Amino acid sequence: MRILVRGGRIIDPSLGLDFVGDLLIEEGKIKGLAPKIEVTEEVREIDAKGLLVIPGLVDIHVHLREPGEEWKEDLESGTRAALSGGVLRLACMPNTKPPNDSPEVTTYILEEAKKKAYVTIYPIASITKGQLGKELTEFGRLKRAGAVALSDDGKWVADASLMKKALLYAKNFDLPIISHCEDPALSYKGQINEGNLSAKLGLKGIPFSAETIAVVRDLLLAKETQSPLHLAHLSVKENIPFLRWAKEEGIPFSAETCPHYFTLTEREVDGYNTLAKVNPPLRTEEDVQAIKIALKEGLIEVIASDHAPHSPLEKEVEFELASFGMIGLQFLLPLSFNLVREGLLNHLKLFEYLITNPSRVLKIDPPCFQEGRPAEIVLFNPEKEWIVTPEVLQSKSKNTPLLGRTLKGKVEAVILKEKVFLI
Amino acid sequence: MRHLLDIQSLSSEEIAEILKLAENLKEILYRAIPKVPTLRGKLVLLLFYEPSTRTRFSFERACKVLSADTLSFSAKGSSLEKGESLLDTVKNLCAVGVNLVVIRHPFSGTPHFLAKHIKIPVVNAGDGAHEHPTQALLDLLTVKEKLNTLSDLKIAIIGDIKHSRVARSDILAFQKMGSSVYITGPATLLPEPREIDFFKLNPNKFKVCFKPKEALEGADVVIALRVQRERHGEPFIPSLKEYAENFGLTPRELELVKPGALLLHPGPINWGIELSHELQNYPFQVILDQVENGVAVRMAVLLSLLTGE
Repeated sequence: MRILVRGGRIIDPSLGLDFVGDLLIEEGKIKGLAPKIEVTEEVREIDAKGLLVIPGLVDIHVHLREPGEEWKEDLESGTRAALSGGVLRLACMPNTKPPNDSPEVTTYILEEAKKKAYVTIYPIASITKGQLGKELTEFGRLKRAGAVALSDDGKWVADASLMKKALLYAKNFDLPIISHCEDPALSYKGQINEGNLSAKLGLKGIPFSAETIAVVRDLLLAKETQSPLHLAHLSVKENIPFLRWAKEEGIPFSAETCPHYFTLTEREVDGYNTLAKVNPPLRTEEDVQAIKIALKEGLIEVIASDHAPHSPLEKEVEFELASFGMIGLQFLLPLSFNLVREGLLNHLKLFEYLITNPSRVLKIDPPCFQEGRPAEIVLFNPEKEWIVTPEVLQSKSKNTPLLGRTLKGKVEAVILKEKVFLI
Repeated sequence: MRHLLDIQSLSSEEIAEILKLAENLKEILYRAIPKVPTLRGKLVLLLFYEPSTRTRFSFERACKVLSADTLSFSAKGSSLEKGESLLDTVKNLCAVGVNLVVIRHPFSGTPHFLAKHIKIPVVNAGDGAHEHPTQALLDLLTVKEKLNTLSDLKIAIIGDIKHSRVARSDILAFQKMGSSVYITGPATLLPEPREIDFFKLNPNKFKVCFKPKEALEGADVVIALRVQRERHGEPFIPSLKEYAENFGLTPRELELVKPGALLLHPGPINWGIELSHELQNYPFQVILDQVENGVAVRMAVLLSLLTGE
């Protein structure tokens, strides 16, 4: 079977391509790309005029909730949402029930994924047993079972000596360590950003220091161990000078943020809107601008969704009882594309942040348009507007403060090996 | 006004109206038979998820004077112990035919959460560290009665501001009515530096003082707050003795205030900690007037919400 994607703007950050042309797929593999391809044999043509034709996005930060919390999401629904958002590979965080802290759970996730996942899944295992921050997990056995990285996401490894051991031991297995930077003593009982909104709502605030202190400690440990460190979901302005310093020092690190941290502010939680309760919390306009500058400067070079589904059982409750998190797989590309619209990143750079950089962190080959590679192709219409309604969200959970809003930019189709999904 | 959720969403006109209504209604309390039929047939649900003496009995008394019936709910012995959610509980109670809900809850924003999900008026009787609007209204009424004005006064609030919903409501209420508010206390129990802007309704009328003297000097009203030991869970102060010696009020501190300045306390008082025992005899302490005005203010709130007046 042949598919010809015609007349789209083909962008591939791995190959450094950005041109208008045609892309031919044969038997689920990239056959060729050129400004004009003529095919004499039978071919399914897809008109991509006005669309961006890009390799599948790689989302390094996703919560799929399976095993254990399948009422919120499972491997099938979560990867359906991913597909709709153009995310064709994703790494899933280990805070499942039970947590992914043993090869058995890693194996379970991969076996289930074979049966029902639409996209490629890379399990992230926890750094410590039970994510309790006390004892390291079996990095070697986890790696053999298929884990690609380690993280206690949702929790910081507060014991600095243990974190150092984790960074060292990870070297034996080439496993990146992903840190959720939050000093739990400073964020104790915290609900939202510490500032005018926490004052207004009478909720305990989470100060910027809770994040930046953790960032700095982990950068120092990465410097000392020379082990690769990935900083998850950065949200505050105060990190920036330290990231700049770490780059100058040549510390082996990468930093990530999520669309909500450069799109939304703490004002979303006004009126006790639990849909905007997320950790780290939405911050201020000043932080939003700082995160954008960090992206522009390349201090932060990975954008991930931190897709965190929760059902009304966890969200339609008293604010302090509500779970942290919002869904994000279907917003990753539309919201990130605003960075191009605003002139902060060019197209190639944006897709480095969404495809090649996260792949490099996970030490995987990124999806790309090289001849012979499997087709992992996303057709994105940057001009199409759509309204966020529960019906268009493919996730089992609908927890997002964006409900009812109009977003610009939509994934129109995905070509995954032999299959074409029209979205 | 559909609900009474907090002071922050009230205008100074709305506050003045409630106070005026309360002043008018207060007279009923002195009648030989202090009862009027105004709210006959109305059913008020009192939902107290936290201990309360003054507020709870004050609301109950206000209902009785206005002839409203009450249903009292306490978490103990209810379906909450079977794991029923707050929202399910309240929806079920509404189905019983309740006309208004008064709620006190340990979590900030719970009254707002209920107001979003049920159709009848909700009155906040204290939510977490957020607000306690009827307390602020009764404080305003007390000060207005005694000093004949609410504008251009210097109000000093001393103590655990951070965990105090009373302080939050008072800080906003007194500023809205045209007075200046000075807060002081252990810096660990004051709002975080990044939170201060919210409290400054008028930049010249709000000040955080690290020296109690600065707040107390020339004050027209001193509001002492209770040290909320049960809310801390973290060591904010080294000891109660340390607190009493540095931030507790004694006759010596009250030499700094204006002659005749009022002393308020929302209760319950830890005598010997935030207030020294000698202050039981301070001639201008109006702590029991506050309690009495609480009934009048709550009558006004119930009446406004249930009759649309």
